[in-house]
Amino acid sequence: MSGQLVVAQGVPWPPSVGDFYPPNVAGPWVTKFGIMVWLAVALLIIFFMLAYRKPTLVPGKAQWYAESVYGLVRDNIAREQMGNAGIRFAPYFTVLFSFIVLTNLFGIVPGLQISPNSHIAFPIVLALISYVMYLYIGVRKHGLGSYLKKSLIIPGVPWPMHFLLIPIEFLQNFINRPLTLAVRLFANMFAGHLILLVFTLGGFVMLASDNVFIQVSSVFSFAMAILMAFFEVLVALLQAYVFVTLTANYIGTSLADEH
Amino acid sequence: MFIAATDVEHHPLVPIWQELVIGTIAFALLCFVLLKFVMPRMEAMYQARVDAIEGGLKRAEAAQAEANQLLEQYRAQLAEVRTEAAKIRDDARSDAEGIRQDILAKAREESDRIIAAGKEQLAAERATIVRELRTEVGTLAVDLASKIVGESLADEARRKGTVDRFLSGLESAGAR
Repeated sequence: MSGQLVVAQGVPWPPSVGDFYPPNVAGPWVTKFGIMVWLAVALLIIFFMLAYRKPTLVPGKAQWYAESVYGLVRDNIAREQMGNAGIRFAPYFTVLFSFIVLTNLFGIVPGLQISPNSHIAFPIVLALISYVMYLYIGVRKHGLGSYLKKSLIIPGVPWPMHFLLIPIEFLQNFINRPLTLAVRLFANMFAGHLILLVFTLGGFVMLASDNVFIQVSSVFSFAMAILMAFFEVLVALLQAYVFVTLTANYIGTSLADEH
Repeated sequence: MFIAATDVEHHPLVPIWQELVIGTIAFALLCFVLLKFVMPRMEAMYQARVDAIEGGLKRAEAAQAEANQLLEQYRAQLAEVRTEAAKIRDDARSDAEGIRQDILAKAREESDRIIAAGKEQLAAERATIVRELRTEVGTLAVDLASKIVGESLADEARRKGTVDRFLSGLESAGAR
């Protein structure tokens, strides 16, 4: 059915998972997604290096933007979640935050129009780093035994309850956290791209219809696509914020003395 | 059917392992560069700014305190100067009064002295005149008497006592 539509109108309809896997540019190592990630890395390095080439006490415009990002992450995420201990993690969180924001925003940049984070490989890398980080910090601070005890055993509970609680806590702290971190970011970007595809491609499909009424209705589809593009900006920023906030929170609990 | 149709399709929840490698390397590079070259300076700048603002406030407070202290000092000095000036004025006034008194006393003394000297001189002159008059009147009287008597009594010394006696009689008659 879908093959027939594609052939008829030249528009791939309906949008499918296949739309997320464009043909490789040159082999499995040079793909659109790989290039976009390198592009994001290059842009961020260039921006921060230029903005902080000659930092002054009274910042210029670029320096001010760079410092705004840093200030947001430092004060609103790191310090909010971890107290003053979080400030030394603020540099990494800033890099993480700006990388996620930029790659997320690629989803609505004309010409790119898809976020690298809609391939789960990249969220997995980022979540894995956060995972290893909070495990390592927890073990280093408390030692392996007491870190596990602190993570798994809820104090002040009748002892038979532990048969139930320890597996739950284990699942919660060591399985669900990294999994949800990666999947949340991936799913948001995946779904966002799918929504944009539905409204944009849907508009073209309606425009190609024989029925005048349906052709006119395509305006609403395109309008919705534009609206959703703005919505995607919000989601892009929000997901980056959530990812970094949760990472900060996990590291904070690793550092904390209580359960 | 599904597998056959999606031979090129990929399950979205299965990562492409090349992308895992690319993502790791690219993100590691990003972290390395930014964490080494940019972020430390950013935190340093952040701290420098906090210091600058807090330091500025502290400096302003110190300057304010110093200004207040100086003001107090100047006020104290001014008050001191005022009392001193008043004291000097009083001193000057009393000094002037003293000097006036001194000058007045000296002038009075001087005038007394001048008056006394005058009186003395007058008395001396009067005595001289009286003495001269006495000899002259005596001579005249003797001359007159010798003319009347017709003989010169001038060189007769014993007559001198007569003249003196006469004149003393005149004086006492005049004084009476």
